[in-house]
Amino acid sequence: MTPVEVNVERQGGEEGGGRRHPNTCPECRSHYRDDELRHAQRVCAQCGHHFVVGAMERIDQLVDPGTFVEIGGDLRAADPLAFVDLKPYTDRLMDAELQTGLGDSLVAGYGRIVGRDAALAVMDFSFMGGSMGSVMGERFCLAADHAVAYGIPLISVTGSGGARMQENILALMQMAKTVGAVDSLREEGLPYISILAHPTTGGVIASFASLGDIVIAEPGALLSFAGPRVVEQTTGEKVAADFGRAESNLRLGQLDAVVPRRELRGELAKLLTLFSPTEDEPTGDREPLMTIVEGDANPIDKVLGRLGLGRRRG
Amino acid sequence: MRIRSTRCLGAWDWGDDVVRVSDEVRRLRKRFEARAEESHIWDAVQLARNPDRPYTLDYAERLFTDAFELRGDRAFSDDEALITMLARYHGQTVVAIGHQKGRDLSERTRRMFGMPHPEGYRKAIRAVELADRFGYPIITFVDTPGAYPGVNAEERGQAGMIARSILAFCQASVPIVSTVIGEGGSGGALAIAAGDRVLMQQNSIYSVISPEGCAAILWKDSGQARKAAYAFRPTANACLDLGVIDRIVEEPKGGAHEDVDAAAKFLDDAIRQSLQQAEMIPAAERRRARRAKFRQMGVWGVVDEPTIQDF
Ligand SMILES: [Zn+2]
Repeated sequence: MTPVEVNVERQGGEEGGGRRHPNTCPECRSHYRDDELRHAQRVCAQCGHHFVVGAMERIDQLVDPGTFVEIGGDLRAADPLAFVDLKPYTDRLMDAELQTGLGDSLVAGYGRIVGRDAALAVMDFSFMGGSMGSVMGERFCLAADHAVAYGIPLISVTGSGGARMQENILALMQMAKTVGAVDSLREEGLPYISILAHPTTGGVIASFASLGDIVIAEPGALLSFAGPRVVEQTTGEKVAADFGRAESNLRLGQLDAVVPRRELRGELAKLLTLFSPTEDEPTGDREPLMTIVEGDANPIDKVLGRLGLGRRRG
Repeated sequence: MRIRSTRCLGAWDWGDDVVRVSDEVRRLRKRFEARAEESHIWDAVQLARNPDRPYTLDYAERLFTDAFELRGDRAFSDDEALITMLARYHGQTVVAIGHQKGRDLSERTRRMFGMPHPEGYRKAIRAVELADRFGYPIITFVDTPGAYPGVNAEERGQAGMIARSILAFCQASVPIVSTVIGEGGSGGALAIAAGDRVLMQQNSIYSVISPEGCAAILWKDSGQARKAAYAFRPTANACLDLGVIDRIVEEPKGGAHEDVDAAAKFLDDAIRQSLQQAEMIPAAERRRARRAKFRQMGVWGVVDEPTIQDF
């Protein structure tokens, strides 16, 4: 599970000695405006390069507006090993939370995609390299639990450098734990669709992310167990430029499709339709009023929220 | 392991004083600190990698009779870094699966130092399915620096095959006992270690990455491996404290290589007893029970409110 150090944007600001405009596409060198890029779902308008997308923005892109509800948002990493490298693990966690506004590297929940219900587990590479620790694993399982409780499909979007070394063996065990969650979906006959974004490597691709009934990748995504640098360093083999890229993986039979981001929501809607019983039109209103999902902060608030009522906080 | 705590781990509470961790985490840390002194973590790392340490075949020879090696993945080749066999163990037929390092240079090269390619894991899956079909218990021996990180291995789907191997272990309805007998190196080890009972020999290690790899990434210097090992505690004691393993298997004084027969005797007793425990779980519930076992692994806290409001 050698976590891979990936240059996410392959931006190389200083490379070549010259100073470059900060908003330069790493692929075609064209310049972009932040709001334009965001509006274009972070895909370069000139060359189609896919930039990394954060978890909340990804959810916005995929899910019907106003339908997403988070599960397990109150979970936070503990530090049972009292791990300190050049910096204490707790400091790294705090920095990551302040930087991203997320509690960990995965946001779990449920929502509707073109009217069809799905449980969601969406990773964020900017939170400690999308590393997999106890909280990430538990949140993935909570999303799977929700899928099982409601009999709906699970969709995951991954972006990860691998397991979180600061939790060592507990991080490794999240592989078995998340695979177990996929097994529970299989036992119930529920579909699991795995979307691999750049980069999905190490323990995440070697566990749940590879086990989708359907596995889809974004163009150009690096998808490998060991990263190119680790391969070069350990084996001395020369690594080709397209090593582990989505397109190579498709050619080598590891994927069902490489789907550009703009088409992702449509493809997901199609798959959700294909996996649902025939003639089952999306009603979007089949949700039971209340079930208690472990990890929910307060199920009562959720019910009140669904009824359009609110409860005073504090 | 879920820790109930009130507002302790969110960023907003970390201002002036240090994190107020719950009693459970504090208890674990105390134990680690006390044990770190006495347990000599680096000694365990050295012993786990000792070239004279007994390997899977050394134990198989002493624990089993009528061993018949199952070779080949029926798709590409036979990966000798991982061996599978049918054998008799205390009167019953079992399927054994284990990583196998080599003794001399030529064997080490042939067996890739115990680092399997995808075909090794495909062979393991084949062995698990065979065991499941006939109702034979599965005994695994974990001893690998990790799955082989090569271009060919990647092209043939290393990651996916490790995932599928873990899934095959999850789905088997027969009892599974796994023992880490040397190096339990990351996903390549876990691929054959998702058992009903997981044991570790006293001087074995189990970790998400090698101490060298961890040092190279976090300390930016693989020479700091000793420091990394101390920080992330890959020892049997730590794994037991964290609820990752069920039992530590004693070794003869000085390590398993000092007296292989004695080490095999300790291992035999532990595996036999663990197998009996695993057999008590009704077959129909084994899959769920195994899933539940791994589900509770991990340590986390709960804050009062989510940082992100439902939107
Ligand atoms: Zn571009």
